Order: sequence, then structure tokens, then C-alpha cells
Amino acid sequence: MLPGGHLLSVLIFFPALGALALLLLRGDDHKYIRYLSLAVGVAEFLLSLLLLTKVSIGVAGYPVEEFSKWINQPPINYHLGVDGISMFLVILTTFLTPISILASWKSIEHRVKEFFVLLLMLEVGVIGVFLALDLFLFFVFWEVMLIPMALLIGIWGHERRVYAAVKFMLYTMAGSIFMLVGIIWLYNATGTFDLLAVQQMLANGVLVLTPQTEMLLFLAFFVAFAIKVPLFPLHTWLPDAHVEAPTAGSVMLAGVLLKMGTYGMIRFCLPLFPEASHRAAPWIAVLAIIGIIYGALVAMVQPNLKKLVAYSSVSHLGFVVLGIFAFHNISMQGAVYQMLAHGVSTGALFLLVGMLYDRRHTFEISEYGGLATPMPKLAAFFLFAALSSLGLPMLNGFVGEYLILLGTYQRHWQWASWAALGVILSACYLLWSYQRVFFGEITKDKNRALPDTSAREKWILVTMAIVTLWMGIGSVFITRRTATASQTVIDQVEPQRPYEAEVPRKIPGEAPRKTAPRAPSTSSNTAMPLVTEGLGAR
Amino acid sequence: MTAHPILDFLWIIPLLPLLGSAMNGLFGAKWPNKIVNTVAISSTGLSFLCALEAVREFFQLSPEQIPWVRQYFTWIAAGNFRAGFDLQVDQLTVVMLLVVTGVGWLIHIYSTGYMAHEGGYYRFFSYLNLFMFFMLILVLAANYVLLFVGWEGVGLASYLLIGFYFLKKSASDAGKKAFIVNRIGDFGFMLGMFLLFRAFHTLDFQAIFTSSTLQGWPVELSGHLGTLTFASLLIFMGACGKSAQLPLYVWLPDAMEGPTPVSALIHAATMVTAGVYVVARSHVLFTHAPTAMLVVATVGCATAFFAATIGLVQTDIKKVLAYSTVSQLGYMFLACGVGAFSAGIFHLMTHAFFKALLFLAAGSVIHAMGGEQDMTKMGGLSKKIRWTYLTMLTATLAIAGFPPFAGFFSKDAILLNAFVSENGGRGAGYALYGVGLLTALLTSFYMFRLIFLTFHGEPRYDEHKVHVHESPNSMLVPLMILAVLSIVGGWVAAPALWHGPDYFTNFLSPLFGQGAALAAEEAGAYNLELWLVVVAVTTSLIGLAIAFWMYLKRPTKPAELAQSLKGVYTTLFNKYYVDELYAAAVVKPLLWISTNVFWKAADVAGIDGAVNGIAEGITAVGDGTRHTQSGNTRSYAMWMVIGAIVVIAIIFFWPGVGKPIVGMVR
Repeated sequence: MLPGGHLLSVLIFFPALGALALLLLRGDDHKYIRYLSLAVGVAEFLLSLLLLTKVSIGVAGYPVEEFSKWINQPPINYHLGVDGISMFLVILTTFLTPISILASWKSIEHRVKEFFVLLLMLEVGVIGVFLALDLFLFFVFWEVMLIPMALLIGIWGHERRVYAAVKFMLYTMAGSIFMLVGIIWLYNATGTFDLLAVQQMLANGVLVLTPQTEMLLFLAFFVAFAIKVPLFPLHTWLPDAHVEAPTAGSVMLAGVLLKMGTYGMIRFCLPLFPEASHRAAPWIAVLAIIGIIYGALVAMVQPNLKKLVAYSSVSHLGFVVLGIFAFHNISMQGAVYQMLAHGVSTGALFLLVGMLYDRRHTFEISEYGGLATPMPKLAAFFLFAALSSLGLPMLNGFVGEYLILLGTYQRHWQWASWAALGVILSACYLLWSYQRVFFGEITKDKNRALPDTSAREKWILVTMAIVTLWMGIGSVFITRRTATASQTVIDQVEPQRPYEAEVPRKIPGEAPRKTAPRAPSTSSNTAMPLVTEGLGAR
Repeated sequence: MTAHPILDFLWIIPLLPLLGSAMNGLFGAKWPNKIVNTVAISSTGLSFLCALEAVREFFQLSPEQIPWVRQYFTWIAAGNFRAGFDLQVDQLTVVMLLVVTGVGWLIHIYSTGYMAHEGGYYRFFSYLNLFMFFMLILVLAANYVLLFVGWEGVGLASYLLIGFYFLKKSASDAGKKAFIVNRIGDFGFMLGMFLLFRAFHTLDFQAIFTSSTLQGWPVELSGHLGTLTFASLLIFMGACGKSAQLPLYVWLPDAMEGPTPVSALIHAATMVTAGVYVVARSHVLFTHAPTAMLVVATVGCATAFFAATIGLVQTDIKKVLAYSTVSQLGYMFLACGVGAFSAGIFHLMTHAFFKALLFLAAGSVIHAMGGEQDMTKMGGLSKKIRWTYLTMLTATLAIAGFPPFAGFFSKDAILLNAFVSENGGRGAGYALYGVGLLTALLTSFYMFRLIFLTFHGEPRYDEHKVHVHESPNSMLVPLMILAVLSIVGGWVAAPALWHGPDYFTNFLSPLFGQGAALAAEEAGAYNLELWLVVVAVTTSLIGLAIAFWMYLKRPTKPAELAQSLKGVYTTLFNKYYVDELYAAAVVKPLLWISTNVFWKAADVAGIDGAVNGIAEGITAVGDGTRHTQSGNTRSYAMWMVIGAIVVIAIIFFWPGVGKPIVGMVR
């Protein structure tokens, strides 16, 4: 066994070690700094793949956990755990980090060492967030992750970088203060910071919350997460942060950081406060739907290409939030999948926008036009990424979007019908911007001799394209592994109708599913009455 | 060794074009044209051969083995939802499979000649093969989700090929428009799927169509908007997008920006008929929902007439054919709407032959004229490009519905079925028939107008500048094959005219049943059919005669007529201003609201203004209160005294606050 029983700790702190090693290098030795950080990133990615062997299909709870005492009084523990959902988010993080490192290969030229150190520290914070099972520990990583990101924007960003960095920082901190209050309240009531312990107490009635308290606690957590997602109308930090951030920052921001918000909703809001989640769901769904349509419409009229992609994230993440708060196992699966798919496809779009910026130093769409002629390969990759983002079947965006809408429709057909408008609008803004950037005659002389993709860029883009395609076709590889975790969350919130629980028949050509009894552990699913109505539609 | 080598490995049929597309797309840029077109033609050709073999094997199956379903792998699974990469073959698939691979292959061959002097040769064939892949997925899919893959995929291929000449803004505009309008239809299609899943808990065709839920489902009477009516209408909305029906037809005429072989393959013979295919595939749902059927018939009939009127006055040869396609697709929906699914599919097939031929022949004309598409600048070409003329005339006779050409049989079947239709009352059937017949008249007129303007009369081009030449054999041979098919393609239904069997309907009858018209025929209405035939042929002859009189006998007449009916003429010529209407009513307001209200007012000024306002407010408060921290001891002492006075005042004089504290002090 390579990493012993401490795989999760290794995953968190290996990049920190890498960052430490980078600090020891000479600051002007750019070549070694780049190669070393890339090596650390790739090694971390390979390490994270080991999770796949540890988290077996169909096992409920947290197959891999780590626990050790940290602070005695108050009892704060170093408690980590991974399930199907967090596993893939960790893998997404470790996948996008080396990609970001490669993307910054040439475009970062000053303070190179600091840049890569911060990038690796960002990875530490993010992975910590996804693995922490202790509320306090979670909060620590949540805040730790802020600093490198704000610095990445503030130091290596574009013209208004300081404004954007401060805005990003304050916005997120404002949210996390509520969460901190919520965490402390829970500690005062239960005497523990341990997520599973708190969940247990809430489930078996040791801790009883009045509806009002539950709602306040729910909101305390939810606001912090909603800012991060970002949910309309808390999204205005995002366009600024994205436009000012360097490419790598944007990729990590859109690819992973936004997912921390939706992950938090799945991990904390729903299991801890199921009743409040129910009561808030219609309001949240409305905000999510507004976000989907509004984000798409605003994206459509952006003159700035990077802002356009940023607003498209508002729209796409609206789908995720909707999928979570529809309380249906299919839509929950879709939400998890959309989190991963959005990371890859929007990540790819930001990479491509960054490559255009490297060549022309502008994001204005009107400065481009006709780029398919000088750079056909980049144009092809851009189209591919745009198509995956607009949800073309057989590419990754479709699976998540489809499952979210399908599942949501089963419970709330009005929500799904409104949200599905986003499918039309995403085609509008992506194809329109694509046309303005790549089609037509070249209008600006500067664009005439732009070089096509370099070998390094091609490697990045080919990797992204392969993952996009693979996620679009082989989605079952992921959904089988996230199924139990999603089901566990759903069981805690709303029992499914009998016919919705299992795959109705065996899937030919595949190993029979390990149908372990579902999640009896912490949930109160036996206590809740099963809804035994027949066909919902007739 | 399996008994059914191809039926067991059905995936090979779509896979071959995909491989061709990938090879040309990845490496074609460096290859000479010869290798590129060898790859493209051989991949589709092999696919065609495999399809033929599959059909041969299909005929050996026993009835219980049909539909032949093969599940290859699970593509999406969540909860009780499963979408598999499952392919199926039944009678409907057989027809579609042969049309798609056969016509597709011919058009690939034609393209090698037509595109020989164009740039981006490899790109063109890569896209064309990609289209074949998705189209085959569409017709072979065994569930709605996989069908949707093909559905969206052909939309993508269409987007790429319409915008093939991407340097032209009109071309890239048209491609974008096609994709977005299709997406509007897909919005409905997706909701339809969701609704079906809610009702049946599966999206597999067989599972839905044979489910006990559906068997026991009462027919949703007219006016009753039940689940199946909604689901059918939503699916039909998707079909309207893909098959260019009212009100979503606007993309198809613009799609003529693509190279002509693309117009023939995608925008005439195959892709645009996908909507008809889906409706026919879902016929079990539609037959449970008479209201939806009536909507389908009405929309189809209205589209047929509406598009035909626009076609009367267009001068661009491809535009005429484009509106003609919209119109003919309307006929197919009319057939489906009156329950004559096999007649609809029959027309789909014959239309694939003669409309592909019309487009390819038009391409040959354009090729001969050095790129000219305006019919008013042609004339008298019949002697110079003899083969093109003869084949195009064949197709025109077919579409106009003259016996014994293919279109006659299929159009006749549709009109007959409309005539005897009783859905929505006898009157509805007669009205549909009447409009259909009128459309046939218009069709005959505008098609012969095209023939006379293009091939007859005096040349209206500069004969010194334009060197008219016949096309190479690679283009002519597909034309001739399609011409033969346009003649004999309808004969499978011919014996019905003299009391024989209608082989086409019989072949599809395990799927669709015998149909209302046949039932009526058995009831002794055979004479009715003959009378309708006579009426239909007379109508076509009238259309031909008017065109002959207006464009050959009195060449000045059309201009005079346009002058005297100026309002009508300009409205038709500008296609009823529908594009302008959409732009003014939807596109512009949406862009304006998005820019000025959502983005600049709500987002920047409103929300972000509030955020920054709070920040500025806090700054201002801090700025004000920082003066208290002056470092001046005397002012600190003063604040302490003031503070102490305030505290004491509260303790002693505030009712209720002071007592416990004061009590404690005591």
C-alpha cells in the first residue's frame, strides 16, 4: 500500500509539500519552478485516482475516513472522509490544477515562484474543503482557500485586479461569517463540531430544532454557499473576479471553487436541515431559474468574451442548484454530474479565451472576427468546448443538464419547463459569440497573422477534449459511483416513490450492481413515511 | 458465428461513417482530394452495403423477433432512469435505413464532382460523414434519448454544413439560425420526453409502446388535454423545428446557403424528414390523442399551402426548391395527422428520391452556369445540358404528381386518406383534402415555372461570358440513378389501383395497421379512389398549363400580373415578412431588454450598485467615526464622561431596564 491508511491527508498536504519545495528553489529559475510544480500537480492527480480503488460502488457512508484529535477543548477534530461525490470533486480539482499550471507556462512571467506556490496552496484548501467532515475544519479550509485565490487575482490579474480581488474576498467572507455563526450555534447546542455526530443527533431526535431556528441555521449555511455558487442575486462578484483573474485563476475559480458552494449545499444544508430545505426550496428554485435565464440573457449581450463565459457559469450553476433542491434522485445525480461537467467544459472555455488573450491582449469580441482562417485548430477546439457547454448529446454538458431537468420535471414540471429555456439560450449566446469571434472575414489586421495552437496548447486542449468526450459517453462510470452518495442525501430529505428507488432491470453487458442496502446509517429514512402513490402523471 | 452477422452488430452501420469523418477531420488536411473522397465514399458505401445485408437478414426474421432490439451499453443511468446505446430494427427502420444510406451514398459520390474546386474539401466530407453517423443513430435508436442524440447531432452537422462558407456572413448567420430554431423545437421535444418518463418510467420505445399502462390508456377524446395529448404535442413541437413546419420553418430557406449537395442530402432527403419519422415512430401515442393528431394534420396542411404560395414567386432556383421541401414536408405531416402513417412514410421515401434529384440537378445547373442561381438569368438550357434537363424533368413530373412517377402514388395516398378522414368531423377531412389539392395545383405550377424559366425560352444570360457545360459523370450518374428511382419508386403501391395489394402499406402494416383509407376501400369505396386520382391528375395538369401559358406563351404576363397584384406579389416575394416579424417581435426586444434592463440596469446599477453602496456606506461611517479616534487625551476624557452620563441615565430613568441592576447594586 503506497500511501498507507492516510491517503486523504496525503492528498491534502502533498501539494503543500510541493509548494514548500518550490519555496526552496531560486526565484529566477523559472524553468525548474514550472517543471517541479507540474510534476507535483501530475503526481497529485495520479494519487487522487487511487481514491477510485477505495470507494467501492454501492457502499453507503464514507468508505474512507481519517480521524485524529486536534484540539481537546473545544473538541475540534481532524476528521476527513470521502464518498462518491467528494471523490470526483477531488479528482476534478487535481485534474484541473496541472492543466492550470500548463496554461500558465508562458503567460506568467513575473513572480513565477510565488504564482505556482499559491496555485498549489489553493489546491490544498480546495481539497481540504471537499474532504473535511468536521465543521470547524471545514471552515478553516474554506477560509484558507480564499487567500491564495484573492492573491492570484490581485497580483497576476488584469487592470482592475485589486478591486476584483477585494470584492471577491469581502463577498465570500461576508457569507462565511453567517456560516461561522451557524457552526458555533450548533456547537453550543450539541457540544461537538463533528458533522456526522451533529447529523446523528438531529436525526434521532437528541437535538430538536424549532422550525424558526432550523430555518435561521439553514440560511446561515445557505447564504455562505449561495454566494460561492453564485446564486442570483449574489453573483456580481463573479464577472469581475473572472475578467480580472489570470487564466489559471479563472479555470480554478469556475472549475472548482464554485462547486464548493453546491457541494456545501449537498453536504450540509440538505442533510442537517431537511425541513427548512423543504420550506425554502420553492424560493431557491425560483432564484435558480432566474439565474439560469437571467445569466444566459446577460451573457448573450456581453461585449467582453470572458465576461460572457463568466455569466454563462451563473446560468449553468443555476441548473445545479435547481437539481439539488428538486429533491429527486435523478436530478441530484444530474446536479453532481453537472458540477463535474461544468468544471471541464467551462474550464476549457476559459483556457481558450486565455489563449486568445495571450495573442491579442484583449477580451473584446469586437476586436476579433474571422479567427478561423489564421487558426483553424483553435477554432475547432473552441467549437468543441462551446458545444459541450451548450449541452450537445454525447458531450459532457448534456448528461448533467438532461438528468437535472428530467428529475426536476418528475416533481415540479413548471420548474423544469422554465429552466429548459436555458437550453435554447445557451445555444444563442455561445453560437453568436462564436460566430463573431471566428467566422467571417478578418476585420482587424492584427488578427491576420496570429499563430495557431502551439504544441503545449494542443496538449492541454486535446486532454480537455478527450475528457469532455469521455464524460459524455461513459457517464455511467461516474454516476454509478456517485449514486449511493446522492441517494443517501436524498433519503435524508425526501423519500422517493417506490418505483423511483432502483434501476428497474439488469443492465446487459455490465457487472450486476452491488445493491447494498441503502444508507441505513445516519439517516432517518425508516422513520419517514414512504409515499405510496401510484403513477404521478395520470 | 452468429446467424445475423450485421443485425447482431448493428453499431457497425453508423460507426463506419463516424470513422470516415474522424479520419478526414483529423488527417484530411494533409491528404490529397483523392484519398479524402475515397475514405468518405467507401465508408458510406460500406455502410450502405451493411444496411442492405441487415435488411436481407431482417427478412429472414420471424415476426416475433421484430422489432429486433440490441442493447450495447448503458450510456446514462440514474435512479430508475436508464438510457442505453440500444439499436433496433423494424419495418420503419428498414425504410429509413435504406433511404438514408442509399441516397446518402449517391450524394457523397455527386459531391466529389461538385466540390472538386472548392476549398476545405476534407472539412466538407468530414462533416458530411458526421451527418451520416448521427442520422443513422437517429433512425436506429431504440429509445427517445438515443434518438435525441441523433436528432441534435444532425442539427450540429447541419449547422456546420450550412455555415461551410464561413467567410460569408449570410452563411454563418444561416447556420446559427438553423441551430437555434431547432433548439426551440428541441425544448418541446425534451419536455415531451420528460412527460413520457413521468407517465411510463422509461423512454425505451418498446417498453412504452407495449406497456400495459399504454394499452389500458383510454383514448383522450378531442378537446380533452390529457398526458398523451400534451406529450404528443410537445414531441410534435420538436418535429416542427426539425422538419421546418409552421411557425418554425424559417431556418430551412436560409439553409440554402450551404453547398448544394448538402441541401439535397440534409435539407431535402433525410434530416428534415426526421420530424416525420419521429411522429410515425410515436404513432401509438398520437393515435391515443386525436386532438394532437388534428393539430398535426392542420399544421402540416397549413404549412404545405403556405410554403407553396411563397414558392410561386421566388426567383432563386434553390429557394423555390427549399419552399417546395417545406411544402412537401407539410404533406407528410398531413398524412400522419389523418392517421395514414404509412402514406406519410411512403411520401417521405419518394420525396427523398425526387427532391434529392431536384436539388442535385439544380446543383448541376448552377455548376453549368458558373455559380448563377437566379432563374431570371437563365433560360434555354435544355439543349446544352441535356442529361441534367431530362433528369430534372423526371423529378418535376414526380413531384407534380403525374402517373406513373413516384410522387403520384404517394401524394394520391395522402389526399385519399385526408378525404376519408373523420377526425374532427367529416368537414375537417374535406377541408384538409381541399387545401391539399389546391397545394398540388400550386406545386405543379411553381415546378413547371422553374423548368420553363430555366430550360426553355430564350437564353437571358450573356452567352459570351457564361460557358455552359454539362457536369462530369461523377455528378450525372447519381442523377440518373435517382431519376430511375423517381420513376419506379412508387410502383410498390401501384397494384392497388387495379384492386391489387399495396405492397408498401402491407410491409409497414405490422407497425401501423391497415389505415383508415384501406378500411374505407374494403367497404366498397374503390370507385372513390379512382375519382380522386382523376381529380388530382387534372389539377396537376391545370398547374402545368398555367405555367406553360404564363412563362412560354406569354413571357410578359408574369410581370404584368406582378404589377397589377403588387401588394400580393411583394408580400409573397418577401415571404410574408415572417423573418422581419420575428426579428422585430422577439430578437430585438430580447437583446434590448438583456442589455439595458438585465445587464446595465439590474446587474450593474441595481445589484452591484447595492453591493458597492453598502461598501461605500460602511466606508463613510468608518470615515465619520474615525475622527473620534483622534489621539487627543482631552477628547477621550470628554467621550468617557458623556458615555458615563448616558449609561447612568439609562439605568435610572429607563423604565424596566434599571430595576434589576439597581437592585443588585443595593
